[in-house]
Amino acid sequence: MSVLAERKLAQQELPVTLSTWQIAVLRFRRNPLSMMGLVIIVGFVLIALLAPVLAPPAPNVRDPFMMPHAGYSPDPQPPRAGHPFGTTEQAFDIYYGFVWGARTAFRVGLIVVVTSVVIGILVGGVAGYYRGRVDEILMRIVDIFLAFPGLILAVVIVAILGPGLDNVMIALALVGWPGYARLLRGEILSVRERDYVEAARAMGASDPKIIIRHVLPNSIYPILVVSSLDMGSIVVAAAALSFLGLGAPVGYADWGQIISLSRNWIIGSGGNAFIFWYTVVFPGIALVLFTLGWNLLGDAFRDILDPRLRGST
Amino acid sequence: MTVFIARRLLLLPLVGIGVTILIFGLLQLLSPVQRASLYVTDPRQLLAVDQVIRTHGLDKPLYIQYVQWLWNVVRGDLGWSETAKMTVARAIRTFFPATLELTLYAFLPIVVLGIWLGTISAVHRDRIIDHFSRLFAIGGQSMPTFVWGLLLLMVFYGAWRLFPPGRLSLDASLYVLSPQFRAYTHLLTVDALLNRQFWIFLDALRHLVLPVVTLSLVSAATLVRVTRSSMLETLRQDYVRTARAKGLEEPRVINKHARKNAMIPVVTLSTLLFVGLLNGVLITETIFGYPGIGRWGGNAALQLDAAAVAGFALLNAGLLVIGNLTADVLYAWIDPRIRLG
Repeated sequence: MSVLAERKLAQQELPVTLSTWQIAVLRFRRNPLSMMGLVIIVGFVLIALLAPVLAPPAPNVRDPFMMPHAGYSPDPQPPRAGHPFGTTEQAFDIYYGFVWGARTAFRVGLIVVVTSVVIGILVGGVAGYYRGRVDEILMRIVDIFLAFPGLILAVVIVAILGPGLDNVMIALALVGWPGYARLLRGEILSVRERDYVEAARAMGASDPKIIIRHVLPNSIYPILVVSSLDMGSIVVAAAALSFLGLGAPVGYADWGQIISLSRNWIIGSGGNAFIFWYTVVFPGIALVLFTLGWNLLGDAFRDILDPRLRGST
Repeated sequence: MTVFIARRLLLLPLVGIGVTILIFGLLQLLSPVQRASLYVTDPRQLLAVDQVIRTHGLDKPLYIQYVQWLWNVVRGDLGWSETAKMTVARAIRTFFPATLELTLYAFLPIVVLGIWLGTISAVHRDRIIDHFSRLFAIGGQSMPTFVWGLLLLMVFYGAWRLFPPGRLSLDASLYVLSPQFRAYTHLLTVDALLNRQFWIFLDALRHLVLPVVTLSLVSAATLVRVTRSSMLETLRQDYVRTARAKGLEEPRVINKHARKNAMIPVVTLSTLLFVGLLNGVLITETIFGYPGIGRWGGNAALQLDAAAVAGFALLNAGLLVIGNLTADVLYAWIDPRIRLG
């Protein structure tokens, strides 16, 4: 949109007083990349919700998350009728894994992010609001956790707890919370000095009430941005652990797991390197799009919420 | 400045103790028999595992065990790694140079590409080149290392046999292991040149290409974004307007006035990226079969090689702590305002 057209639009809209929310929606709709992110994520939500329709599990299957496999053919087979994305080694259906993998991705992402955020809010909130010695102790604990590279700490934790998707989620949540705690503490340190907090305190509001009603709502935005970016990176980290063989068991509908099944086939055979392309391309597309979608959404939230960027596009 | 560094250094042992407690605490989830490998220097000692448990106090209260283990760690006695078939200390000495070499080669393209793209993106804001570089950045960040790595291998090794996985081809590695070849630095490319074996240099370089490309694309993306936003912020400053107003030509304004001041977060991030590369190359090394510290750590985790996992975690945490310290010091050194705070 040209500058002139934008100014015109702004003039037209200015007389009507818009709520913050309406401005946010407007800014969001103006950015094609943000819209693209939204479309991608909504697409994945639909795939995840409609999984039983899109890829119905065979009747009387105990766990629909286990990819069906017809036989134990050691070689991957190309896309064909009944298997639109082909099959991996051991004849797991890639299309089924693609569809149900979306459920796995949302489950892992949501559980890990929500757990990390809750722990982060508790620790960071207490540290930032009470300051002093409590803050000092809690933040040193955070420092210790942050003294490990994330993926490596997760690998170590999963290695010790034993492989499996649940342990992967525990490990990623243990790795994820310190970042949120530190972020929120910093925000709260500045928010708690504002006049309205002072006013609430003067009116005799209790500490929990001040924190929940006044401090948290005003310091939560950066958390929203980071957690939407994390939705993508957590799923990639979980996929990386699966890829290393530390995640979901073989045959579980999980994108990282399907990619790891393709590892032996990427150099192809019989002089054709790309003969098994479908084993890496389809699960790869799923992972890349999922991450891309959340990254775009996170960027959009940042643009909308960061006051320093307001007024510029 | 000295006070600042001294204060930071004083905190180091505290964080160190915390890190060792965390690792030690995680190890407690294992049985004493599993933990015995932390205390031996030869697998044969494990035949008498009861004795190892008794002599090293694995049946004693936790705080005694912790002190004993810490004492071992301080002496550099990290136990036996079954995956590497050598002591953990030796495994680190063996695998670390490979990772260091990879990091050194990957770091330069990351920094050059990141800062260059970030700058032109900020200067030509909202033009085609900006859209292109933002797309590159967000795409690079969204591309998981293992998807990238596998695709690169498929094309450049599977189809064209150009860049093989591993660190050396067979004849080169035989020559390197032979007595004619003297290892000065354990960085193969450097050693090959010092030994005047140009073909080994080329062979080692060939093996470095794909992991370096994989690492650069993913890490440069982060740097592009940080450089861009930092440059945008600086270009808006009054002194940049002043510089333009007094008639300086644009390249000079951008390179001398704006970029210098925009470099503060970039330098910090680069330091952290460097340490991150030293640490986080686990996936990349695994895909390309590159015998570095990350691949060893990954294998050790898969096979529950407790001593190796603990040693690997200690090394990584140590490097990251030093990296953070370096970043802080650089930060304070570049930006005098930090020191006053």
